[in-house]
Formats: sequence, structure tokens, C-alpha cells
Amino acid sequence: MKAKLLSAAFGAALSVTAVNASAATLDDVKSKGFIQCGVSQGLPGFSQPDSSGNWSGLDVDVCRAVAAAVFGDAGKVKYTPLSAKERFTALSSGEIDILSRNTTWTATRDTQLGLNFAGVNYYDGQGFMVRKELGVSSALELSGASVCTQTGTTTEINATDYFTVNKMEYELVAFEKNDEVVAAYDSGRCEVLTSDASQLYSLRLKLTDPNVHVVLPEIISKEPLGPVVRQGDDQWFNIVRWSFSAMVNAEELGVTSENVDEMKKSENPGIKRLLGVEGNFGEGLGIPNEWAYNIVKHVGNYGESFDKHVGPETSLGIARGVNALWSKGGVMYAPPIR
Amino acid sequence: MTVDTDGVNAVDQMEKGPQKTAFFNNPKIRSSVIQVLLIGILIYGVWSLISNTAANLSAQSKSFGFGFLDNASGFDVSQSLIEYSRASSFWTVYQVGLLNTLLVAITGIILATLVGFSIGIARLSSNWIVSRAAYWYVEALRNIPLLLWIFIFYFGVLRLLPSKREPLGTSLDGALGYLSIGGWIAPKPVAGDMLWLTGLAVLFGIVASFIVSSWAKKRQMRTGQQFPTLYVILGLIIGLPAALFIVTGLPLSFEYPEIGRFGARGGMPVLPEFIALLTALSIYTSAFIAEIVRAGILAINKGQTEASHALGLRPGPTLNLVIIPQALRVIIPPLTNQFLNLTKNSSLAVAIAYPELVSIFAGTALNQSGREVEIIMITMATYLTLSLLTSTFMNWYNNRMALIER
Amino acid sequence: MANGFVRKEMLAQMPAPAGTKGPLHWLKTNLFSTPLNSAATLVALYALYCIVPPFIDFALISAVWSGESREACATIKQGGIKPDGWFGACWPYVGANLKLFIYGRYPVDELWRVNIVYIMFAISALGLLIPTLPFKRQNVFFMFGIFPVVAFILLTGGHLELNGFLIAVFFMEPSYSAFWIDFAVTTLFFAAIAYLLAKGTDSDPIPNLRAVFGVAIILVAVLLAVSAPLGLEHVETEVWGGLLVTLVIAVTGIVASLPIGILLALGRRSNMPIVKLICVIFIEFWRGVPLITVLFMSSVMLPLFLPEGVDFDKLLRALIGVALFSSAYMAEVIRGGIQALPKGQYEGAMALGLNYRQMMQMVILPQALKLVIPGIVNTFIGLFKDTTLVLIIGLFDFLGQIQSSYSDPTWASPVQSMTGYLFAALVYWFFCFSMARYSMYMERRLDTGHRS
Repeated sequence: MKAKLLSAAFGAALSVTAVNASAATLDDVKSKGFIQCGVSQGLPGFSQPDSSGNWSGLDVDVCRAVAAAVFGDAGKVKYTPLSAKERFTALSSGEIDILSRNTTWTATRDTQLGLNFAGVNYYDGQGFMVRKELGVSSALELSGASVCTQTGTTTEINATDYFTVNKMEYELVAFEKNDEVVAAYDSGRCEVLTSDASQLYSLRLKLTDPNVHVVLPEIISKEPLGPVVRQGDDQWFNIVRWSFSAMVNAEELGVTSENVDEMKKSENPGIKRLLGVEGNFGEGLGIPNEWAYNIVKHVGNYGESFDKHVGPETSLGIARGVNALWSKGGVMYAPPIR
Repeated sequence: MTVDTDGVNAVDQMEKGPQKTAFFNNPKIRSSVIQVLLIGILIYGVWSLISNTAANLSAQSKSFGFGFLDNASGFDVSQSLIEYSRASSFWTVYQVGLLNTLLVAITGIILATLVGFSIGIARLSSNWIVSRAAYWYVEALRNIPLLLWIFIFYFGVLRLLPSKREPLGTSLDGALGYLSIGGWIAPKPVAGDMLWLTGLAVLFGIVASFIVSSWAKKRQMRTGQQFPTLYVILGLIIGLPAALFIVTGLPLSFEYPEIGRFGARGGMPVLPEFIALLTALSIYTSAFIAEIVRAGILAINKGQTEASHALGLRPGPTLNLVIIPQALRVIIPPLTNQFLNLTKNSSLAVAIAYPELVSIFAGTALNQSGREVEIIMITMATYLTLSLLTSTFMNWYNNRMALIER
Repeated sequence: MANGFVRKEMLAQMPAPAGTKGPLHWLKTNLFSTPLNSAATLVALYALYCIVPPFIDFALISAVWSGESREACATIKQGGIKPDGWFGACWPYVGANLKLFIYGRYPVDELWRVNIVYIMFAISALGLLIPTLPFKRQNVFFMFGIFPVVAFILLTGGHLELNGFLIAVFFMEPSYSAFWIDFAVTTLFFAAIAYLLAKGTDSDPIPNLRAVFGVAIILVAVLLAVSAPLGLEHVETEVWGGLLVTLVIAVTGIVASLPIGILLALGRRSNMPIVKLICVIFIEFWRGVPLITVLFMSSVMLPLFLPEGVDFDKLLRALIGVALFSSAYMAEVIRGGIQALPKGQYEGAMALGLNYRQMMQMVILPQALKLVIPGIVNTFIGLFKDTTLVLIIGLFDFLGQIQSSYSDPTWASPVQSMTGYLFAALVYWFFCFSMARYSMYMERRLDTGHRS
């Protein structure tokens, strides 16, 4: 706001075109000195502000990693909380530079909305939560139930498909905000709350009594969640893609925020390339050569980020599961830095 | 004698010819310059708006067009007055939304008018407690935002209802349906074979009533004789269809809901979102209508009542023939405005998931299709049409009712 | 002597017959005069019985007044200390979040800035609203001229970076000095146009130049103020919230809509067909669509309408939407006032030789605006209530902030939302009711009794 408010006001009032020519996102970000990151309106573990307004979470860490790569300072991020509905417009209008808001990668979104998905930072699937007292053990027993969900999501479509395909009757109640979904489910308006499985754990914490609810075993969809950028800016796309890949590669190579300084002296060529001791990968991206070092140093590797925000030790208690590294039975696989 | 210097100057002035005035004090030049400038600015503004939008859309590799309306929507809605499934098009979504808007608006208008008129008359009652209660009703309702009322009813009051599995109405075995937090699952009327005869009779009754009443009026003007129009009309509209309904063997049955695993099933569900929205809209608007009605009645001079009493009219005819026709002239225009407000306010349903136009079309459909410009345009055009239709009606009514002064 | 009975002194006054005075009589005439009336009384009493006692019980008698966390406001079954079946308001939850409700997440160290703005506004508004207080003219100037600038600087921190005005953006690198050069060039450019126009129409150029330079000087003052490095920390509008956002939106809406509304109203009454047409379309458009679609449009579509690279603050976008929306309503209110003036006022003004501007400024508008003060206050009440809609587009106004506090697990209990809504209702009611009473008071005061 500081930078452009006035020129914007005049620009709008008098419709003077081109206040500053459409700069590449990287130049833009560098000149304003921070990254504008679109996040959720509060989803514990993924993006959630504390009482003093500091954001943290798995999705937030992607933005922090990009800030660390570009500025060497993970704190140079400003957050814009967005509803599911606003998120793509906010990105394509240039209001935000990255959208990191548990957003599912789908063909429509990738091809028709002018967006590019820069990777997958959480492999998710849609699930159902019900009250224990209903005695339901499978989603196939839910015929006749009311289902609460958030509007403008893939969840809404998946639920429709699932119930139609299985020839079950249902009533879909779609709210604008997650808080409203939770409030409606909590009060008994709906028997079922459906959302991405990770979100279900997170939303359960917001219920009056989290212990009387159970997440059903069925996962009815693939929900690869990842950071999104605008289409047509390959440099920025590469920076975001490789910032995240660096976190995964760091985990694979055993580099953590604790040992990254020692690891700089490592003989492993892979680690050397990652930490910028060898090669000029930063140059190709247009950012400092220590970019990956800064990411690991200030944000940590993917495993650290996962454990800190959503892992078994946290109140969400999500097991690594499919999000484990490919070498450990999961599908988390980053292209090598070479 | 003193010389009137001003006068002398004025004479000088006249000889020199008119003083040069600033060009913008020349009304003709000024008005044409202003208008030309305005048109210029407007054209430039609209042009840059369109070109900016086009540039922004093409930068996102989006196109502009209404072809997407034929695409399948892929999502479901909780209430639809027409056939709808996930395979229906976005255009059907629009229709569903518009119908749901009209449904809540029309029922809301009826309720708000009934309540509003009662409260407005109660405000003027000589009964102290009734007029005080009506006063506080109005003041409490209209000074709290409508959105807050909707929240209070939806997240507050409705939540006090029992759970779906133990609904109200079990003691009657569902004869009146079941009321629970999941809404009112009402008995569903099922039309029998011969029901269309009764419907036809109602239509016939209405048409016949018009004819009878205009004939009766003419006769009264001619001969001064009164005709018991009211009873005849009642007979035509209610009696005849009722008789036919009985004769054809009561061709209407009800499908009663039953309690299932997830609460009442079958029947005709009335969504809790609908109930909350309808209640909030109609009581909020009724407070404004009450004030309009009160002002309308107060605007009629007391002398009108006294004069009609002096003419020998009893209180009933005084009200019917003297006060109400005059009060309506004052009441109708602001009342129409309130109806329009209620219709526009129904868009607040977006906050509680009632599937009306803004909620599912400008909300869900916009999101699933990514067509912001087209969808917002259609939505705004719809509301504009509604409001233009209403004001056209209002102008027509005003012209019809205007006092013709002689 | 016939001694007829003549009374010599008056009879002592007797008390009125029982039943024509006293509470019983009052009851009889006011509540039970006819059977119908009696029935109405009973119905009203029953309705009051259904609403008032439970309300008082919830808000006062059963309410919890102190506590540290959710345990204080939950029943034993829900993990608290209250007996089962208890249902009452949880006031400590409001107390604990009061700062959030009033300021949002505005930085604690900077709250004094918000407080100064609140106080300035309160004093100036009282000065304007109480008819007997002096300095009305100066106060209007302060409220509509100085206060918005000062409040803007205090709330955001000021120190805007100015880097391009109108012309130079095409051929200069943006910078602070470039901005002023640009500004000077632009001003001279407009002055030249004004001068040439005057020469071209063979009239006196001085008033034109005076007007152009007058506007330029005001702009310089405002721009200097908002760009001066005053050392105030910059506060993002994202952290604003609660009552602050509600008041910012409502007050900006009214301050912006009054002048725009006057222009639109005059435009609609204008003799120039094109001006009239544009004003009519503008007014009817904004009055015909629901505010929520306007807000959707400003939040979702405005970025699409603007040149690439221009982006607006989210709050600013909502403000623009609200200001345009309310100015259309304001225009209709003011038009009502202008139309209500008798034709003789126009004829009198014209007979005195006043031109259009003088006639409007000195004769018509002062009377018309005075006539519609109640209408303006009512529009403001409507606007104040309508600010709640911004929560739907994700801004945290007073109601939005209260709603968002429900997701805080510290106070999560079944009575939390009812308490929050009750508190919100009381606050909104207090504001709106007092304004409505004020509007009625002004109506009575301004009613000079000329109308029949």
C-alpha cells in the first residue's frame, strides 16, 4: 500500500494506463522488499496466525522459503488471508505473489485460470468426519445425511460425485468460510463434515469437544496441494518450484537447519551443489547463490517443517504416510539439483 | 445633493459595452463545454476500463463470452425448485438461484407486510401496553444490522432446536412434519388425479369475482342499490372449489416424513437456512413497514374522520372508504421501496449458505467456472431489472393514484 | 315568612367516584376498555412474557461475570463448572477480547494513535451535531477537510512514497523529486489550458487561473502532509479490525458520499441533458444492485479493471465500493431537499442577479441541506448497519472480529456465540438508536411549522 497507494488512486481516478510497466514478479518483489503471500484464513498446522498476528504452518513455510531464497531472510513475507473463493482472483490480479493455501492441483485450474502449480507440498485426499455416536464406520453408510462443506473448493465437487456415483441420497450445505462450516457441523446442522483429510484433523481442533468426532477411513479423492503462481512468468515459477524442491532435497540429503553450517564442509557433491558451494544454480534463478543454504538455515528442510507444524508430535498428529520421502515409502520426490 | 457615484459608473459602463465576463459565466458555452468534456472523460474511462479488463484477461489467458453457461456445473445445491443435478448447466444454476431468491423474497414480502401492518396499527392503538410493545419492537429490530439478525437466528435461535434424531413433532407422529435443527421436514402434498378441476374452479372463481364486483359497482352507481359482493365473491373463490374438491373425492394426499437414521426423511424439507433467512428478513423489514404504515395513517387529517362521521358513515366504512384509500397513497411508494430492499437484502443469504442467486451463482458458480466478469455482470443485470420493474410499477401506480386537482 | 331553603355555602368537594382515577381507572381506560382491547393487552403481555424474562435471565441473572477461560462458561458435561442445563451469557469472554473488538490486531504500542483519532472524531462530531455550539463553519471544514488527512496519517503512519503523478510517468524514472516536477508540470499544463480557453472565448482569464492554482495548492498541502516522514511506524490495514474498521468505513462513506451526493443531486436536477442522463444512470445503477454484489465486484473485479501493476489495498477497495454505493443514496436524499424548496427561492435568487453557483451556494443548498439533516442521519444509520457486510468479503469489522474470535479455543463453549452476538447487538443498537433519536430531535427542531 505504501508504495503505490497514491499513484494508484490517481491512476484509477483518471484512468491513466501503466503506472509501472508489468515488471517480472522477481523485480517487483525485490523492489518492494517483501513477498506477498496468499494464505488461508486460519487453518491450524497449514497457515494460522497467533494472537500477535505471526503466521506459521506448512504452507506458510513455502513462502518463507522463497523469501529466504530471494532475500536471505525468511521474515520478509506479508500475508493476505484469503477465502477459497477469492484466492485465484487475488493471485491473477497481482494482489499476491504466491498462493500457498492448501490448494488442489487440478487440470482446470492449471489450464483455464491462468495459473501454474509450482509443486506439491502435501499429498492429501478428501475424507469425512462424523460424530462417534452415529455409529457409522464407512462413508458408504452415509445415505440420507446432510453434508457440510466449504464452497468454491474441489471438495464440493468431489462430494457431489461420490454420493451420486454411489447412488446415495444427501443434502449438501456449502458455506463461505471454514469457521461457518465448523459452527454448522458442531451444532448438528450436518451429520457429516467433508474436507481434505489434513483439514479435518485441523478443523476438529476447533470443535467444542474434539473427542466425540471420528474421521472415517475412506479417502475419496486425490488432493495434491501446492503453491501456485501466475502463468507467464517462468523465472518466478522456477524460483518457487526450486525453493520447495530444495527443502525436499535437503531432507533427502540429511541437511537440517541444525547441521547446515557443518554440512557446508561436506564432501558429498549433492550437498555441495545444494548449499551453493559448487555450481551456480542461484544465478540461473536470478537469486543469490546461497539461496538453498538460506532456506534450510532459516526455514528448515521439508521433514522439519512437517514435524513442526502437522506431524505426530503436534496437536494435529498427522502421520507422515504418503508424504514421506520416496526413499521411505512415500511419494515426496524432488528433482535433483544438478 | 450628493452624486450617486454608482449610478454614474453604471452609465459609463453601459457606454463601454458589456463587461467582459469569464467564459465560464456564459451559460451556453459553459454547458456545452462541460458536456463535451464529460462525454470525453466518460468515453475515455469506459474505453480504458474495457481495454484494461481485456488486457488483464488475456494476460491470464482467459476469454470473454457466455458460452460457459452451457457447461455442466458439477456441484449440487441444497434446495431447488426445478429439476437440478450435478450435470445441469451453469445456466440452470442461475435459474435455480433466481427462483430461490424470488421464493424467499415473495414469502418474505407477504410475511413482512402482514406483521408490519399489524405492528404499525398497534403503534397507534389507544392500548398503552400494546402501543409501547409495538414501539420497542420497531426500535429493537431496525437498529440492529440485518446481517446480525440473520446470524442470531441461524447460529443462535435455530441452534436451540432439538437435534435431528429427536425432533419436535414426534408426539403427533409427524402429522405436521418434524422440526429440528435440520429444518422443518413438512408433509409433502401429493396431487390426485382430479385436482386440476379444483384448480380450474379457483381460477374461474377469481375471474367471475372480478366480473361480479364491477357489475355490482356499476349497478350501485346507477341505482344506489348495494349488492352483497363480499359473500358472492367468497362463495365463488372458496365455496365453489371446496365443493368441487369434495365432490371429486378429496384428490389430495400427503406424504408424511419418517424418522430415519439421520433424522426425518421423505416429505418436503424446508431448510433451516431458509427459515432463518426468512424470519430475519421479514421481521427486520416489518419494523420499517410498521413505521411507514403509522406515518401513512397519521398523515391523514383527523378532520377526514370527523367529516365522514358527520356524514353518517359508521367506523367500518369510514376506514374502508375514507381513511385507507388516502393512507395507501402515502404508504405504497415507500412500501414498494421496502419490498425492493427486502429482495436485495436476500443476497445476505450468502453468509448462511441458503442457495439463492448471489450465493450459488455469484458465489459457487463463479468459483468453479472462474468467469468473474460475466457472472457479476449477469447478477447485477438481474437485480437491476428487478429494481427497474419495481420502479416502473411504482410510477404507474403513482400516476394512477395521484390526486387530480381541479 | 317563607323561609325557603337557600344554601349559604358551597358543598365540600367530594373525591371523584371510585373508578375514574387511580391505577385501576388507568388500567381500565388504557388496557381493558373493550373486550377486543383486553384481548390485545393479554396477547401483548404474553408476548412480552415470552421474550423479556428469558432475555434478562440470559443476559443478567444466569450470566457469568468473571472467569479466566472456557471452564467458567461451560456446564459440567461440557467440561466446565456450571450445572447441567445452565444457559447464560459469558461476559468475561467479551472482557478478554474487548481490545480485539475495538482495535482489531492494531499494534499495542501504537494504540494511542487510534485513540487520538477516536477522540478527535468524537469532539468534532459533537460540535457539529449539537445545534447550539458555535464554530459550525470551521468545524465542517475540519471534519471534511483536515480530519480525513490527519486520521489517514495517524492510522496508516503516513509517509507515502510519491513516485509519479499524471504526465511524467511516461518519460521519467519514478522518484520523489520526479513526482514534484511532474506535479508542477501538470499544474502548469492545466493552467495553460484554462488560460487559453479564457482567451479563446474572449473572457477574463484571472478567475480560471485562480481556480487551477487554488486546487493545486490544496493538493500540495495534502500531498506534503501524507508524504512527510513523521517517524510514525507504518501500520498495514490487514491488522486493522473491530470497531476501528466499522467506523473507518462508515465515516469515510459519509464524508465521501456527501460531496459526491450533492454533485449528483445537482446533476440530476441540471438542465444539461447529458449531465442529467449520466447522473440518473449512475444513481439508479447503484441503488438497483445489492451492496454485497458491489462489494464482491470491488473485491474480486476491481483489480481486473485497473492497469496491470496497480493494486489496491483490500480495505481501500471496500471503501470505494461503499462510498459509491452510499453517494447514490445520499444524492436521492439531497435531491429530496432541493425539490422541497419552493420555486420562489430560485426566482428570488435569480432576481437578485446571482449566477448558478452563487444561487446554489448561498440560497438553495444551505436551506436544502438543513431540510434533509434527518435524512442524512438516517442514511448514515443505514450505512453504519451495512458496514457489517464487509465481513463477507473477508474484512474484520466489528461483527467480523467478534465472529472470528469464536475460533479461539480459549473461550469455546456453546454460549460463546450467543454472548458475542448479544454484545454486538447491544453496541450496534446503542449507536443506531442514539443517532435515530438525534434525527428525530432535529426533525422537531427544524420543523418551522410552515408545512400544513
